[in-house]
Amino acid sequence: MKKENKVQTQNKKSFLQILRRDFSLVLFILPGVIITFIYTYIPMYGVQIAFRKYNPRLGFTGSEWVGLKHFIRFFESPYFLLTIKNTFILSLYSMVVGFPIPIILALMLNSFRHKKYRKVIQTVTYAPNFISTVVMCGMLILFLSPSVGIVNNVIKSLGGDAINFMAEEKLWRHIYVWSGVWQGMGWSSVIYFAALAGISPELHEAAICDGASKLQLIRYIDLPSIMPTATILLIMNCGSILSVGFEKVFLLQNDLNKGVSQVISTYVYQVGLLDRNLSYSSAIGLFNSVVNAILLILVNKAADKMSGNSLW
Amino acid sequence: MEQKKRKIRRSKEDVIFDSVIFVILTVIFLVVAYPLYFIIISSVSDPGAVAGGKVIFYPVGFNLNGYKEVFKDDRIIRSFMNSIFYTVCGVLVNLAVTLPTAYALSRNKFFLKKQTMAFYMVTMFIGGGMIPTYLVVQKTGLLDTMWSLIIPGALSVYNMIVAKTFFQQNISEELYEAAEIDGCGHGRFFFNIALPLSGAITAIMVLYYGVGHWNSYFSALLYIQDETKFPLQLVLRTILIQNEAQLNQQAYDAASRAALEEKRQLTELMKYSLIIISSIPVMVMYPFIQKHFVKGVMIGSVKG
Repeated sequence: MKKENKVQTQNKKSFLQILRRDFSLVLFILPGVIITFIYTYIPMYGVQIAFRKYNPRLGFTGSEWVGLKHFIRFFESPYFLLTIKNTFILSLYSMVVGFPIPIILALMLNSFRHKKYRKVIQTVTYAPNFISTVVMCGMLILFLSPSVGIVNNVIKSLGGDAINFMAEEKLWRHIYVWSGVWQGMGWSSVIYFAALAGISPELHEAAICDGASKLQLIRYIDLPSIMPTATILLIMNCGSILSVGFEKVFLLQNDLNKGVSQVISTYVYQVGLLDRNLSYSSAIGLFNSVVNAILLILVNKAADKMSGNSLW
Repeated sequence: MEQKKRKIRRSKEDVIFDSVIFVILTVIFLVVAYPLYFIIISSVSDPGAVAGGKVIFYPVGFNLNGYKEVFKDDRIIRSFMNSIFYTVCGVLVNLAVTLPTAYALSRNKFFLKKQTMAFYMVTMFIGGGMIPTYLVVQKTGLLDTMWSLIIPGALSVYNMIVAKTFFQQNISEELYEAAEIDGCGHGRFFFNIALPLSGAITAIMVLYYGVGHWNSYFSALLYIQDETKFPLQLVLRTILIQNEAQLNQQAYDAASRAALEEKRQLTELMKYSLIIISSIPVMVMYPFIQKHFVKGVMIGSVKG
């Protein structure tokens, strides 16, 4: 081994030398790589059960190959259109409402000069982000309960009839989206607020000297300077348009609102883990991921062409 | 010029603009704050008053029955303890896996840097999905064990990148080279020099992962069947979300409606107290959380 080392020129180290130099770094990355390999990469390999009739005894590769059978079954089932429509509407609605509101909040906070009050508003609006999804949905169900909920108490005291909110298909999407705004707007505004804080004050001062009003400051200085951040986040949002978060939908779902609340991910859970239809469920999940990937690539290309901002 | 700046009179337009913003922000403030405030005042009020809609601005009929009811429930106490265990152990494992990885990937000369980064970036865009992951967890024998909530998610790629960015900015290659000349390898450098200088990022990681563990229910829903191993969030789901339907049905079957109604109101009240108790760990930490989470977003956003 020593001979080999001597043969090498001084500039180029041999692989063994490099390995010895970086040996502890290799040890550092090993645990993470092993865990990620087992719990992320092997499942990717296991996705092939979507094309097989999965049999636990035969494993991922041993089970009988059935080709596109599960996909065709999904495309032909009544749930295909229903879940895709629900997923698409829900995430599009979330995005249309949830994307601009944090930007507006950040712009307002930034142009608001009362520092102490601003701090209070920030502290309070960030707080709901740290409430767990279960508690968030529990609060919604409590507040909206037809018998004891505060919302219905108010409605009743105003002379109206109690509404069973969680059972109304018409209202379900609004409840889902606006409670999401309530929970997330403060926290989502942080990243824009940080970008705004980075604008040099001289820009504003110069504009003020030229007689710009506050609205003009926002329009011509603040807004353009957060556009790159906004574009990147919008692209990422579009990429996940067919993957609405499972956790909250699942908790707000009940038999009465399933017509609008059954989305792809909850359907995957129901079919896969409750009905134990593992292969069929994997096929639906795979279909979902593929559509997401295609959307991400398309939107990224479009954004790159239009604004020059892109993920890669 | 600079002194005069203050004297520039605000135009009429700006005055209107400022007042409009003030009003909107105040409305937002109230809309966010009131539900939180309402939970607190309800949790210490009389159950009947809460159910009757009399509690609006302040507690009515102050009492702690809701909290007593919470502590009577074994499931809650046990799962609370479980959640503490999951959070503490989980965070320790997270740190032990994430920080060394982040440090190694922050060294530009590391010969596997590019490959390892690619290995992790791929996982941000594609994954195996719910069922194949479930099967792997089952195959590795973690199903229905406490480890199922700790090992598979030991490294979050997003958090790792935040930590890596921190190391790149704060632990310079020159510092390492200086230590290397004195005969210090990466191992000792990391533990004796880099880590003591990285209190800020360690705090951010503890809070990111900690809040994540405390609030998560999804992995437990998938992987844990044994009720004695349930984390708090899963028990909360049973009580806050599934109970409602059961109680409604019971009400129709009952012969003695009044007694049942009282019991029902107490159960409802207990939910408010339960929400408060389950949020205590996060609330106590909230000042730190707010500060460090914001810092984390800043570090993360540098990379985009």
